[in-house]
Amino acid sequence: MKLLVLGANSDIGSAIAGAFAKFEQADLILASRDMESLEKKAKDIEIRHSVKTKIIQFDATNFSTHQDFYNNLSPKPDGVVVAFGYLGDQKNAEQSFDDAKKTLDTNFTGAMSILEIIAQDFETRNKGFIIGLSSVAGERGRQSNYIYGAAKGAFTIYLSGLRNRLHKNDVRVITVLPGFVQTKMTAALDLPEKLVATPEEVADDVYSAFKKKKDIVYSKWFWRWIMLIIKAIPEIIFKKLNL
Amino acid sequence: MTISGWGRFPKIKASIFSPHNESKCRDYLKEVEECIAQGLGRSYGDSALNSNVLCSRRLNLILDFNDKEGIISCESGVSLAELIETFLPRGWFLKVTPGTRFVTVGGAIASDVHGKNHHKDGSFSESVISFRLMLPDGEIILCSRSQNQELFYATCGGMGLTGIILSATIQLEKVQSAYIKQTTIRAANLNEIFDLFEEHKTTKYSVAWIDCLARAKDRGRSLLMLGEHDVDEDFSFSSSKKLSIPFDFPSITLNRYTVELFNRLYYNKAKNSVTENKSSLLSFFYPLDAIGNWNKIYGSRGFIQYQFVLPRESSLEGLQKILTKVSTSGMASFLAVLKLFGKENNNLISFPLEGYTLALDMKIQPGIWELLNHLDKIVLDYNGRLYLAKDARMKADTFQRGYPKWEQFRQLRDKLGLSEKINSLQSKRIGL
Ligand SMILES: Cc1cc2nc3c(=O)[nH]c(=O)nc-3n(C[C@H](O)[C@H](O)[C@H](O)COP(=O)(O)OP(=O)(O)OC[C@H]3O[C@@H](n4cnc5c(N)ncnc54)[C@H](O)[C@@H]3O)c2cc1C
Ligand SMILES: NC(=O)c1ccc[n+]([C@@H]2O[C@H](COP(=O)([O-])OP(=O)(O)OC[C@H]3O[C@@H](n4cnc5c(N)ncnc54)[C@H](OP(=O)(O)O)[C@@H]3O)[C@@H](O)[C@H]2O)c1
Repeated sequence: MKLLVLGANSDIGSAIAGAFAKFEQADLILASRDMESLEKKAKDIEIRHSVKTKIIQFDATNFSTHQDFYNNLSPKPDGVVVAFGYLGDQKNAEQSFDDAKKTLDTNFTGAMSILEIIAQDFETRNKGFIIGLSSVAGERGRQSNYIYGAAKGAFTIYLSGLRNRLHKNDVRVITVLPGFVQTKMTAALDLPEKLVATPEEVADDVYSAFKKKKDIVYSKWFWRWIMLIIKAIPEIIFKKLNL
Repeated sequence: MTISGWGRFPKIKASIFSPHNESKCRDYLKEVEECIAQGLGRSYGDSALNSNVLCSRRLNLILDFNDKEGIISCESGVSLAELIETFLPRGWFLKVTPGTRFVTVGGAIASDVHGKNHHKDGSFSESVISFRLMLPDGEIILCSRSQNQELFYATCGGMGLTGIILSATIQLEKVQSAYIKQTTIRAANLNEIFDLFEEHKTTKYSVAWIDCLARAKDRGRSLLMLGEHDVDEDFSFSSSKKLSIPFDFPSITLNRYTVELFNRLYYNKAKNSVTENKSSLLSFFYPLDAIGNWNKIYGSRGFIQYQFVLPRESSLEGLQKILTKVSTSGMASFLAVLKLFGKENNNLISFPLEGYTLALDMKIQPGIWELLNHLDKIVLDYNGRLYLAKDARMKADTFQRGYPKWEQFRQLRDKLGLSEKINSLQSKRIGL
């Protein structure tokens, strides 16, 4: 198997790459912006799992480069993981349009741009799988992170449409909905200890969803129930909550 | 959040930061008033505790591997478990390993941990070729036996008090199997077990489990476990899923009688006086790792693991005294492990010195502090010392008398601005 990981410097993304290297002996194409860090991650995975890796520069928000980026990949991957993301800071995004736009561009528009290109290829080849890292934050808007949440919500809807479109081509689309994960994205936040997963735990959940042919996976599993409750609260009450 | 060491005592409120690269470490050191490094929190007491903790777990890349020489470089947050999982199937094992594999490389260096082969191979630092250390001002120093020696010998065993270990280069050992040929021998008392240790000095691995409650003529009855690497080229091993203890046992389950019963059962397991079997590396070295958080069986108040070492010539007498005191106290110890150490190394405050070491667990209960203070006295009378990685309560005086090079260590810390920035609850308590 050949797996393309977009945003491979992400802690969750590199853990997923590690899981596919470990269990599938997958060769990896690791793509992200920071090449120095990528080089180290690639070496780590090569040593641990004895697989081949290749690293390539990729910027999700540089939309016009996406077609060339994918054209230049040879051979084409059997699967792709979209792991890049940008959380930013809600207060900052409220005040700065640039920052809000960056949140949307990274989490949604950039993902959509590259996935449309990849989807076309998978569609014509009638094979492939797509794993998209969205977020439980996209399930319902809350004052503390609704701009990021809106971008992730859009991405979740996008993935669901893509799944519907590619079903007949035997191309699988897996939506991953992590809750709190201990990564550099959340390093500065004070997260409730009991609810936090490690990137490796999320990677295990993603890999087992892949094996079990699931469409949507919450990670950790209990977020499914937490979100069920959060989504069930009537708006008339929800709007008064301090979430 | 509330954190503690493995003994779950003391518990303190702290904020934890897990940098994912060196520049984040540097920023953090600039920002905080003071902090201490932490790995997987397997030290029992307060050596990795402070209100600000820098956790190394996201510094977890394996950087390089030379498969001809068995030399690896990795970041300090990589665990020994990960190294075993990666390299054992290729025929490489750790030269020295403690009794749990869930410790980080940084933690293993900082405590200069010892294993069942200390009498032959020394402690963990023996396998350390070099490491990179970050000082409070953010400067990174490469330390080895030939470069920045003083910091090398201070950092190995230095309990995180010389700065943040970022990465290390380590020599692994070639093995021919993932299995150990194990021999278990019964000893009726302390004299017998001492003789057995001496007799088996050339065996690679040796450790004894000792019944702390046995009295009079049975005092010191024990099981000696010996091991040599098998050579059968069998590298199949599985790190099976862990059991775990989901809640705190009510502390009543560990009263003196249940422990006595447990001890007797364990002792009788070796029906013949000598038994042999083949055991996987994992079950030989890490029997407790099979039960996730076994530290919860001592109840929520936590426990102390008391580990000391006495110089060889005074070991027998000193141990007789200590065992007598422990068995009459009735503060049953669930696990007591006895081991013969080899020669002391050059590190400033590493624990091992040539002689016998005993580690016993005691849950926190009324009277425990008086008992331990009393044991401290005996240990010092016999020129012994206590292991910092297990300690949560010794007094400054006990530490300073046990570790004659402590002043040199303290001076180095002052010189490099470490005593202002890098502190643990322990270092403050013992005047380091
Ligand atoms: C079941 C069990 C069995 C054990 N058996 C043994 C044994 O046989 N022999 C033995 O010697 N020990 C043994 N220990 C103790 C254990 O090996 C040591 O406490 C070890 O240091 C724990 O490593 P850690 O990564 O959990 O570090 P922590 O407990 O988190 O920290 C321990 C010390 O290392 C320092 N440190 C950690 N990371 C860094 C870093 N990156 N840079 C600088 N300093 C750092 C901390 O400041 C602290 O002083 C055992 C512990 C358990 C729980
Ligand atoms: N952590 C959580 O709690 C959590 C929860 C729910 C969902 N998620 C989602 O899960 C995914 C992974 O998160 P993580 O926590 O692992 O992230 P992370 O460690 O913070 O890494 C995010 C990575 O995204 C990459 N990236 C950002 N902008 C990019 C761009 N324009 N082009 C290419 N790469 C870009 C960065 O790569 P470079 O380093 O190369 O710049 C960065 O390493 C993200 O989509 C995130 O939103 C995370």
